[in-house]
Amino acid sequence: MTPAAATLPLVARGVTKRFRRAAGDEVAALKDVSLETHAGALTALVGPDSAGKTTLMRLAAGLVAPDAGELTILGIDVARRPQEVQDRVGYMPQRFGLYEDLSVQENLDLYADLHGVSGRERALRYAELMEMTALGPFRDRLAGRLSGGMKQKLGLACTLVRSPELLLLDEPTVGVDPLSRRELWQIMRRLVDERGLSVLITTSYLDEAERCAHVAVLHDGAVLVQGPPATITREVTGRAFLAVPPEGAKARDLQALLLDAPDIVEAVPQAGRVRLVRANAPETAATQELLAGCTLVPTQARFEDGFMALLKARARERSTVAPRASPQPRGRPPPRAALPEVAISVSDLVRSFGAFIAVDHVSFSVRQGEIFGLLGPNGAGKTTTFRMLCGLLAVSSGSLRVAGVDLRKARASARERIGYVAQKFSLYGQLTVAENLEFFASAYGLRGARKEERLAWAAREFELASFAALPSGQLPGGFKQRLAMATALLHEPDILFLDEPTSGADPLARREFWQRITRLAEEGVTVIVTTHFMEEAEYCDRVLILDAGKVLAEGTPAEIRARAPEDGTHVPTMEDAFVAIVEAGRNGARERGVG
Amino acid sequence: MSEVRPEPGGRLGAKLRRLDALIRKESRQLFRDPSSIAIGIVMPVMLVLLFGFGLSLDVKNVPVAVVLEDPSPGARRIAAGFTLSPYFDARLVASMPQARNLMLRREIDGIIRLRPDFARQHAQGTAEVQILVHGTDANTARLIQGYARGAIAQFAARTAAERGERAEAGPVAIVSRLWFNEANDSRYFLVPGLIVLVITLIGAFLTALVMAREWERGTLETLFVTPVRADEILLGKTIPYFLLGMTGLVLCVTAGKYLFEVPLRGSLLVLVLVSMLYLLVTLGLGLLISSVTKSQFVASQIALLVSFLPAMMLSGFLFDLNSMPTAIYLITFLVPARYYVALLQTLFLAGDVWSVILPNAAVLAVAAVVFLLLARAATQKRLA
Repeated sequence: MTPAAATLPLVARGVTKRFRRAAGDEVAALKDVSLETHAGALTALVGPDSAGKTTLMRLAAGLVAPDAGELTILGIDVARRPQEVQDRVGYMPQRFGLYEDLSVQENLDLYADLHGVSGRERALRYAELMEMTALGPFRDRLAGRLSGGMKQKLGLACTLVRSPELLLLDEPTVGVDPLSRRELWQIMRRLVDERGLSVLITTSYLDEAERCAHVAVLHDGAVLVQGPPATITREVTGRAFLAVPPEGAKARDLQALLLDAPDIVEAVPQAGRVRLVRANAPETAATQELLAGCTLVPTQARFEDGFMALLKARARERSTVAPRASPQPRGRPPPRAALPEVAISVSDLVRSFGAFIAVDHVSFSVRQGEIFGLLGPNGAGKTTTFRMLCGLLAVSSGSLRVAGVDLRKARASARERIGYVAQKFSLYGQLTVAENLEFFASAYGLRGARKEERLAWAAREFELASFAALPSGQLPGGFKQRLAMATALLHEPDILFLDEPTSGADPLARREFWQRITRLAEEGVTVIVTTHFMEEAEYCDRVLILDAGKVLAEGTPAEIRARAPEDGTHVPTMEDAFVAIVEAGRNGARERGVG
Repeated sequence: MSEVRPEPGGRLGAKLRRLDALIRKESRQLFRDPSSIAIGIVMPVMLVLLFGFGLSLDVKNVPVAVVLEDPSPGARRIAAGFTLSPYFDARLVASMPQARNLMLRREIDGIIRLRPDFARQHAQGTAEVQILVHGTDANTARLIQGYARGAIAQFAARTAAERGERAEAGPVAIVSRLWFNEANDSRYFLVPGLIVLVITLIGAFLTALVMAREWERGTLETLFVTPVRADEILLGKTIPYFLLGMTGLVLCVTAGKYLFEVPLRGSLLVLVLVSMLYLLVTLGLGLLISSVTKSQFVASQIALLVSFLPAMMLSGFLFDLNSMPTAIYLITFLVPARYYVALLQTLFLAGDVWSVILPNAAVLAVAAVVFLLLARAATQKRLA
């Protein structure tokens, strides 16, 4: 080992790790991975689902032993001497194991004791951590009663009760709202800038990766590229554009079409336009036709553009949603009953749990065929609202009409017309993909030819045929999501509810997902969706922002975006607007509370 | 933030501090988790009360009818023997159809019939008493039968003695005496048996559950990447549940001695020591199960199957070991509870019989060491 290598936080040389799946076959999670991270800096590990990010983290933490290769953490061979590494690193797994029945303070105490931090030192450290995480007022609260963002902050605080020499963070911002995410990042930045901490972080938020000094892109267990984010961004310099769709056309429709064009490697809606990255190839006539009537404005490339170009090049062979050009039967059969123009109308909706008011006089309406986004920080009341809309939870007061039916009177008939995909994977893990589909088809009362037709449709539309015999619990992440969507759509619902469908999904899967949603909306399905990815709000026709059970803002993405403060440095994003609106709402609430 | 100074007290000091932190954490969780309290405290108390008061296997105040078809003094004396007995709640009826009706309505569980010619037969020494028992509850039926026989035999012996006859001339009277349990009180063996159940529940079932929970909730993954050692994690679990198990023991022994007046003829110290051994066996088993299964549901099922059920069925607590089929009898040697039950029954009812205590305690000691070592070997700071 060279002296220089000894000082690097992490050095991997030809690391390989295989796992045996329940089905009996072996999969290689990591194949011959060689990687270096730098001291006193943030290194991001990015890549699609099942790229091997978590496995690499666990190897680094000494929790899993490699099958081949050498992994050195802080100069220590982690496979041989895991305890020495564990004494010196801080590790935050994807699901941080907080003891939910212990209070914030007790969790901190436990880790301080385990790390041997005591006396004056501990008092100083606690004061600092409390200031950093703003958990001070919640010291006596049980960890299980904290919101998602606060839990993550407490998890981070527990790993920081003493100064680790290397911090390993596995997806610390999954399922965390934009405000908490910003706070977490501020904490991490401070640790790196002020204390020179070395951090290795995995993330599916590419803007986070862009903020790191180094990035390694993992794909299928192998390192595709590593280096500063700029090396990846540089690949697409001069190829990024903003396309302004012609008057009256929806950006998301154009985007969905562009995503399938062979010479376009990336397309996302952004501020009413479509951000696209051209491939390093001459433009085809088809694309020229698509872009006819659009104004193309060159824009500065960003990390996400480069990342998508990289993965697209890899994944071209992997089929995505069937291209629009294919002669597939388009359009839905006419609705079984004429649907009113307004698919959902909610007025003065209230739901309380004891003294706690989860949803506080919320009113909104969703038109047929709209994509309606429900945004808000953790604990804003989104899931509660969803459950009431689906008839899963009784309403405390207010009125609720879904598909023209008063849910208080006729839940069953409304349920036939809605599909619901819950936040957690809620299919039967032991049943195969085919069995799950079959079961849900029967549960929705489909029979005979119609059932066969719908099952065939699901297998085709979601490309599940090759997985038909696999237990659904063993599906790769993105396909679990597809299966969940497929089951929710079997009975051709008029309204589809999706609760954080893209949480934890990789960028490719998310684009695929939104392409499907766009198509469904085009076919007349009303879609109501919650998400923590603010840029996904750009796919929505209208957006509602909730906090603490109250409506803070409602409008089109453009209207919402207009409420972001201008700082002159960059065009305000959806996330800027969201953070500004929620913070203003909270300040207002505080003032009213004082007054 | 300054660098952390070396911990005071050196390596052992650090180890003890980590252990202390783990034990405190575990105790807090234990007291906050309603299900732990339910299994650790409420269940033993319920079992004590249930077995002590409700589930007594003794026959008391069994409703029976005595059909007195013969009004002779001799027959009346037998009938009186039933009406005055604490074991029966007897009513006199004049005819069989009447008694049969009562039985069909389940107002009585048994019929004792004294035929019209009872006096004559009795004088000849060939008297017959018919006993009819409701057979739906076979256990109670057998017990009624036994008590009724006893009552009749007593009567026969008494009349024989009155006549001044020698035993061989009259009907044979069986004189039985129950050693160690003179009152034939089932509580005498139920309470010691209860201790086995309570300790097994806490040691194996509850411990397997809480350890598997840590695997399931991912708390161990986080705990592993700290200076904590695997043996400290195990000890941190063992010690609180050991104390909880001893609390259960105290509850049961106290209830047994003062509530149900079961004698403790052996020494309390020996009882505590052998209970500690058995508790260690179950703790080792519980930790082993959870480390292997890593799932609460599977761990609880296996713990029930390999610890609790054998402790109930195959330990000699409910069913006599000697009357089991050979194959099952041989299996019982693999059940640690068997040795503990032998120890408990000896200590409670017979006394400090060292020839029983030493070999059984030795088996428990070996089992404790084996299970704890296996649990240690199964608990590695590894995920896969």
